[in-house]
Amino acid sequence: MEKTINLTLRVWRQNGPKDKGRFETYKVNKISTDSSFLEMLDILNEQLINENKVPVAFDHDCREGICGMCSLYINGRPHGPDDDVTTCQLHMRKFKDGQTITIEPWRSAAFPVIHDLIVDRQAFDKIIAAGGYVSVNTGGVPDANAIPIPKADADESMDSASCIGCGACVAACKNGSAMLFVSAKVSQLALLPQGRVEGARRAKAMVAKMDELGFGNCTNTGACEVECPKNISLSNIARLNREFLSAKLKD
Amino acid sequence: MSKLNARIPEGPLAQKWTNYKNHQKLVNPSNKRKLDVIIVGTGLAGASAAASLGEMGFNVKNFTIQDSPRRAHSIAAQGGINAAKNYPNDGDSVFRLFYDTIKGGDYRAREANVHRLAEVSNDIIDQCVAQGVPFAREYGGLLDNRSFGGAQVSRTFYAKGQTGQQLLLGAYQALMRQVNLGTVTLYTRTELVDIVIVDGKARGIITRDLVTGELQRHFGHAVILATGGYGNTFFLSTNAMGSNGSAAIKAYHKGAMFANPCMAQIHPTCIPVHGESQSKLTLMSESLRNDGRIWVPKKKEDAEAIRAGKLKPTQIAEEDRDYYLERRYPAFGNLVPRDVASRAAKERCDAGFGVGTGLAVYLDFKSSIERLGQKVIEERYGNLFQMYEKIVDENPYETPMMIYPAIHYTMGGIWVDYELQTTIPGLFAAGEANFSDHGANRLGASALMQGLADGYFVLPYTIQNYLADDIATKRMTTNEPEFVEAEKAVKARFEKLMSIKGKRSVDSLHKELGLVMWDFVGMGRNKEGLQIAVEKIAAIKKEFWSNVRIPGDITGMNIELEKASRLADFIEIGDLMARDALNREESCGGHFREEYQTPEGEALRQDDKFAYVSCWEFKGSDVTPELHKEELVYESVKMVQRNYK
Ligand SMILES: Cc1cc2nc3c(=O)[nH]c(=O)nc-3n(C[C@H](O)[C@H](O)[C@H](O)COP(=O)(O)OP(=O)(O)OC[C@H]3O[C@@H](n4cnc5c(N)ncnc54)[C@H](O)[C@@H]3O)c2cc1C
Ligand code: SF4
Ligand code: FES
Repeated sequence: MEKTINLTLRVWRQNGPKDKGRFETYKVNKISTDSSFLEMLDILNEQLINENKVPVAFDHDCREGICGMCSLYINGRPHGPDDDVTTCQLHMRKFKDGQTITIEPWRSAAFPVIHDLIVDRQAFDKIIAAGGYVSVNTGGVPDANAIPIPKADADESMDSASCIGCGACVAACKNGSAMLFVSAKVSQLALLPQGRVEGARRAKAMVAKMDELGFGNCTNTGACEVECPKNISLSNIARLNREFLSAKLKD
Repeated sequence: MSKLNARIPEGPLAQKWTNYKNHQKLVNPSNKRKLDVIIVGTGLAGASAAASLGEMGFNVKNFTIQDSPRRAHSIAAQGGINAAKNYPNDGDSVFRLFYDTIKGGDYRAREANVHRLAEVSNDIIDQCVAQGVPFAREYGGLLDNRSFGGAQVSRTFYAKGQTGQQLLLGAYQALMRQVNLGTVTLYTRTELVDIVIVDGKARGIITRDLVTGELQRHFGHAVILATGGYGNTFFLSTNAMGSNGSAAIKAYHKGAMFANPCMAQIHPTCIPVHGESQSKLTLMSESLRNDGRIWVPKKKEDAEAIRAGKLKPTQIAEEDRDYYLERRYPAFGNLVPRDVASRAAKERCDAGFGVGTGLAVYLDFKSSIERLGQKVIEERYGNLFQMYEKIVDENPYETPMMIYPAIHYTMGGIWVDYELQTTIPGLFAAGEANFSDHGANRLGASALMQGLADGYFVLPYTIQNYLADDIATKRMTTNEPEFVEAEKAVKARFEKLMSIKGKRSVDSLHKELGLVMWDFVGMGRNKEGLQIAVEKIAAIKKEFWSNVRIPGDITGMNIELEKASRLADFIEIGDLMARDALNREESCGGHFREEYQTPEGEALRQDDKFAYVSCWEFKGSDVTPELHKEELVYESVKMVQRNYK
């Protein structure tokens, strides 16, 4: 049942965007294996506060794997060693007693570090702003059942729509490409008749914005799919490429 | 009484909203551009309002404490959103949705607002589908519905177990489209820390940049608060870690009334507490109650053996299980409203039949899996089952889930009139932050509906009625004395917090507050306990202001300072909740006073004395707030004792 472990943590500390940053080493003891990873960091912070030191800043909010706010590079993997989960859903039972854990922020040109383990992911919002929507205003839309949509299409669209915008795909990619993120949104909307109308325009605008913001090129390494906590599939990238190509051809 | 005017339009209930819209004042397009609207919050209520007002041509400034609008707490809603579409042809109607909401709220909500909510519910679904929200569909290609607690019809639309996420992304995308078009300016990682009043009207806000620590002033012809609920007063709740009640407290300090603070909802199906380092509680969507059956062992010795790890739930024979909801409420069974289900779980556990740590009951899918097959269950709840397994390390397809009630939602909030305007002219409140539609208890899948109703379909009308009189008001500079003063006061408060340099961490104090709230202001409340709570909260307040420790600097990012500022406000909310619960000598919905129950242990309302909204007016720090009452008049429904038997 309840088990506890002792750990050594190597944590990236950076006092603001301009600071060079460095690793600090901390010890935490008697961590229940039923705790989540972030609860373990809470314990570390409580310890630091009691020692009158500044606690480690990290992003988090929902702590149930849906808001996409938590991040962290844990022992070289975005969202840590468990599969299909975000850092906040990672539990300490995945670690061994006496283990050393290295904790870093996302490292990617398009996601600059703001403080300690916190990075700036506003580039994602800018990509969405460039075209990740259906251009309808509030009101004056048809009845929800006016357009039947095959269940298979709706389900596939939902799978693509599950992206939480965490950025692990970018952090995992040696090129720092945002293709998985962008393709998930393009696919979700392209699969629905409502979104089809602007399909070509959307794909072009979002890709252009992505390039402009300093994300790298996709070379199909597939690292993004492996680390995506929401199982967003590479087939989305294939669809985006088709959308993009046909849009270009029409030009 | 004079301070509270609900401004309910004339006419029969079903005509009020139409009448209102036909006669309200409008702002013409060229004037809209000259009007600034501040919207605080980017959840369903805030994002939908910001997008809609931006589309209409207002100049919108939209604020959020998260790094992106898409991360607002609405993202976490799982189960679904209600609407009176009656697509399944099972007898639903606008009136029935209205009636269920009033009844579910135990006759403590305002009729006119609730009817409007039911009226616009169908438009919301149309809007979301047009935006590309991938709701679940049937094989014929039309939208699927499921049933939810407190209703006998299937009126809940859903997108897997991620309905809130999909609805919020729809609103977020509409919002980002407006950001791109330049009608909305977005301020992320920015916290409202005060509201600025000029000549009695809300004219702006003071914010703190959470990255730099800088204070900023913003002008708006009107201010909308869509900042969510205050469930985190309890420390442990299903709310996101950043959810807070600070904006509501700032409004309250500036003269807005706080309505029904004691009305908080305890959700029956959450993953039980695992230990002291627990930081939040995870909800298992109520939709699970459609196919899961709730039980505890019939025999105490079985429950004891299970708690000792000597017996497994799967070893308990069918006849030795007590499906207590089905037993007590045959008509609604596992689908009784949340407050009823929560209290029933507490009753069984208090009586010694709890499993796990003793504070848990089973939610069992065995019979549904046998009836429908694992695949169907997986399709309906796959992600929830996965989430459960990741947290608890048990496979719910094989062994029943364990659940226990937790604080989930706050029905109380900033008092608003029919137009969603607070008692401060020009200050509006929407979504969970206001008190308006759910009375003493909210039905499942109705918060998403309310948030989007307020933002897409109510505020875009009602705010015009206010702004139409303001078209001649020029944009103010933020050098006006009121702005300068407000910023000075905020600065002094943050400096005060930093100067305490005590010994206690913010979390340790927050946990202490949470325990007091759970023990005395939780599922079962009584006079004596509530008096103790008021005293204990006062002591925590004193301890906080004399002994909190906030390391780091006032400039730059300081997460402890953020948390401390919010905790100071939670302490005030806790006090208000306890006082309000003490005043309300009746049981209704989520507010259960042990002194007022039927012989069968059901909530006993005192309609002759308490058919009113309690509205608390701030009278100064450490001064008892003043109670005002908005009497609730029911013209279209008859108040009856809720009966789910
Ligand atoms: C786990 C869970 C599941 C749920 N499931 C359902 C469901 O299935 N169906 C349903 O109908 N309801 C559900 N609810 C309830 C529902 O999700 C919420 O009531 C609703 O989403 C609240 O929306 P909102 O827009 O009012 O506020 P929120 O979504 O909480 O947004 C608040 C916004 O205000 C901002 N903010 C807060 N304070 C400040 C400040 N001081 N300064 C600046 N910005 C600030 C935040 O950044 C955020 O953008 C669920 C709730 C939870 C906790
Ligand atoms: S595609 Fe996956 S990894 Fe990338 S942002 Fe979306 S959820 Fe995160
Ligand atoms: S904190 Fe929300 S996904 Fe991890």
